[in-house]
Amino acid sequence: MSIIQVKNLKKSFGKVEVLKDINAEIKEKEVVCVIGPSGSGKSTFLRCLNRLEDITGGHVIISGQDITNPKLDINKVRQEVGMVFQQFNLFPHKTVLENITLAPMKARSTGKEAAKKRALELLEKVGLKEKAGSFPGELSGGQKQRVAIARALAMDPKIMLFDEPTSALDPEMVGDVLEVMKQLAIEGMTMIVVTHEMGFAREVGDRVIFMDGGYIVEENVPEELFSNPQHERTQAFLSKVL
Amino acid sequence: MDTILSILPYLIGGLKVTLYIFAIAIVLGFLIGLIVALFRLSPFKILNWIAKIFVDAIRGTPFIVQLFFLYFGLNSIEWISMDNTTAGIVTVAINAGAYFSEIIRAGIQSIDKGQTEAARSLGLTSGQNMRYIVLPQAFRRMLPTITNQSIISLKDTSLLSVIGIADLTQQGEIQAAATFEAFNIWLTVGVMYFVIIYLLTLLANFLERRFEMR
Repeated sequence: MSIIQVKNLKKSFGKVEVLKDINAEIKEKEVVCVIGPSGSGKSTFLRCLNRLEDITGGHVIISGQDITNPKLDINKVRQEVGMVFQQFNLFPHKTVLENITLAPMKARSTGKEAAKKRALELLEKVGLKEKAGSFPGELSGGQKQRVAIARALAMDPKIMLFDEPTSALDPEMVGDVLEVMKQLAIEGMTMIVVTHEMGFAREVGDRVIFMDGGYIVEENVPEELFSNPQHERTQAFLSKVL
Repeated sequence: MDTILSILPYLIGGLKVTLYIFAIAIVLGFLIGLIVALFRLSPFKILNWIAKIFVDAIRGTPFIVQLFFLYFGLNSIEWISMDNTTAGIVTVAINAGAYFSEIIRAGIQSIDKGQTEAARSLGLTSGQNMRYIVLPQAFRRMLPTITNQSIISLKDTSLLSVIGIADLTQQGEIQAAATFEAFNIWLTVGVMYFVIIYLLTLLANFLERRFEMR
């Protein structure tokens, strides 16, 4: 049973159709990397998976619940689906610790001490325990992104969505963030990663999806897709980025 | 000098009335502003319209006309009876509320959309997002403009003297008429307003430093 099922997903912004007909299944503990040229709809696809974008047509089923159903409590689903953004989006008026404890305390009524204990564990995991009392403005980009990952993990999600998590980072910061993500993958987290890091996709991904023009053009295990792309658009894209 | 000292208690009495009206009106005004701003930003068209009409109506008419409409106009309706202090407080509150709502709306809209997306992606409701993420950040940004509008509203209270409220300005008029010490009395009244507004500015500066974004 797939943890995520996407059926005939369509998304338009006004008259512009960004996602034309997306079908995909993602199994539990699978790490799927989504690659493609800019404007191909890969970020929009990701943002439809927790309904951060209103879905124009089709169905997205997360753990058996159809999130296109307007009667569904989307907040409950979102608690199970963590998201990490390109621009980090940490809360600048709150300390690192408060950034992480806020959602467990407010959305799930976790007690303050329990939330704090869990937050410190997660900070240790991403290597930033000593930054608990700092404000986001005092951190480097790589540190911010690792805090953002810890913040998402604090809700104990079943699925993690990554929207170009390293694209806004200085090159020397990228490694630390990828290392944390790799660790998560090893621990069995279901992950969908929109990325330009082909090395990461090749090494950590169980499957790579290539998108272009609002469609999934090709998908395969990384070795196959990178060394033996079938579609000419995939070939053209990979020849430019590899 | 002796006359000033002897009438000072009256002026201080007037100042207390001014501060009393201002304090209630500004809190009410802020609440009105917050609600109207949320109406304006709500996805419901009807609420947008209510907010827009309210703001346009208040911004498009003079304060004194609003005051006369509330105190004389509404009071002429049989089942409405407002004393002058109530009418004064309500007028200042509504007037400030309209301006506050525009300040708050702009403040909320100035917060990066990514903040809301992050909060919602964690499973927080839109109300929780407003309360814990957007408004605290917006408030910090709005403080200087809120201070400005509060000072304008404080000065507007001096117009309430025309409906017979015994505020600082009204006491000045009474005492000036009674003692013919116009120069000294109006100078004193001016200094009293100035000191209060200056203290308000200091308070705002203190709050701004408190909420400093790190």
